[in-house]
Amino acid sequence: MGAQIREYRQRIRSVSATKKITRAMELMAASRVVRAQQAVRESTPYARALTRAVSAVATFSNEDHPLTTEKENVRRAAVVIITSDRGLAGAYSSSVLKESERLVARLREEGKEVVPYLLGRKAIGFYRFRRREFAAEWSGDSEKPTFERAREVGERLVADFVQSTDDGGVDEVHVVFTRFVTMVTQEPEVIRLLPLEVVEGAEAPAADELLPLYDFEPGPSQVLDALLPKYVNARIFNCMLQAAASELAARQRAMKSATDNAEELIKKYTRLANQARQAEITQEISEIVGGASALAESK
Amino acid sequence: MALQVELVAADRKVWEGEASQVSARSTEGDLGVLPGHQPMLCVLAEGEVRIEAGGWKTVTVDGGFMSVDHDRVTIVAESVDAPGMGS
Repeated sequence: MGAQIREYRQRIRSVSATKKITRAMELMAASRVVRAQQAVRESTPYARALTRAVSAVATFSNEDHPLTTEKENVRRAAVVIITSDRGLAGAYSSSVLKESERLVARLREEGKEVVPYLLGRKAIGFYRFRRREFAAEWSGDSEKPTFERAREVGERLVADFVQSTDDGGVDEVHVVFTRFVTMVTQEPEVIRLLPLEVVEGAEAPAADELLPLYDFEPGPSQVLDALLPKYVNARIFNCMLQAAASELAARQRAMKSATDNAEELIKKYTRLANQARQAEITQEISEIVGGASALAESK
Repeated sequence: MALQVELVAADRKVWEGEASQVSARSTEGDLGVLPGHQPMLCVLAEGEVRIEAGGWKTVTVDGGFMSVDHDRVTIVAESVDAPGMGS
């Protein structure tokens, strides 16, 4: 067998091994993305109940709370970047990081000092490689975020927000994450988490069901005190869940195109191998024919 | 007239249904809710919440809050420990 055919066959073998791996990853991501979407859905009753309660307090009392008060002089801004732990998800992590770089540049232009908080090994690696400072890191569960992790992040952010700027506190908190729009569209997005604006959005109560005049126990300010940190945690949890669903959808797409490419390559190499084999046979035949006629002539 | 009770944790809706009475511990002390209770929003302490819906159901919450309006009771906690209460 010719060296060329052997070479092609080897390539085919290696590409089909890769194809098996990418196919398996595609299927795994496909089944997990369904579960991740379900997790996003299951967290909405909580978010809705919290939003309702917070807007009830906000409607019936004029309580000011440190978490909702805009600071006059914003000097330090926290940026929370939610990326994945693992690669092989196409441009997922890099598009979040690109968006965060834009935000950081904008904040710097406004004369604010930026304090990064990183979620996911990709963001941590990005900052470590460039030897940049960051305030905190969390990693290990980007695909399947737990509420405990969201609470950890939320408590840290609220603590830093409440602290005065001179002691290493921050004046506002931004979150960069990927919003899961549909299976084929996921968009990197920036939201300002703190100071809080209670956005009712789609959850606004219908006009005919006015919010009742609530009794607050122990009192409106204490209720707000208890609610707002939970609201922050819920927002972060929602961002993490959306990011997880986006990551899995991006991975599924990336692995699907990798599998398709592998198929294409296998087809191409098979053609080349066949061509090489045919060329070899043709050559052998012409050698035999040439040899035979040479023998006949010499007789 | 019964209470419409909804029990919600951060990552799932734990239970939803009708009940005739709900009892919980707020930061101020124990609190019972019967149908016709006035609208209220209270902060819960860590502890048990008991719901009477054809027998008492007991769940453990880690704080959170409870809102009551028009006989709709929503109990919200970051984590709810509810053995044997699948929804």
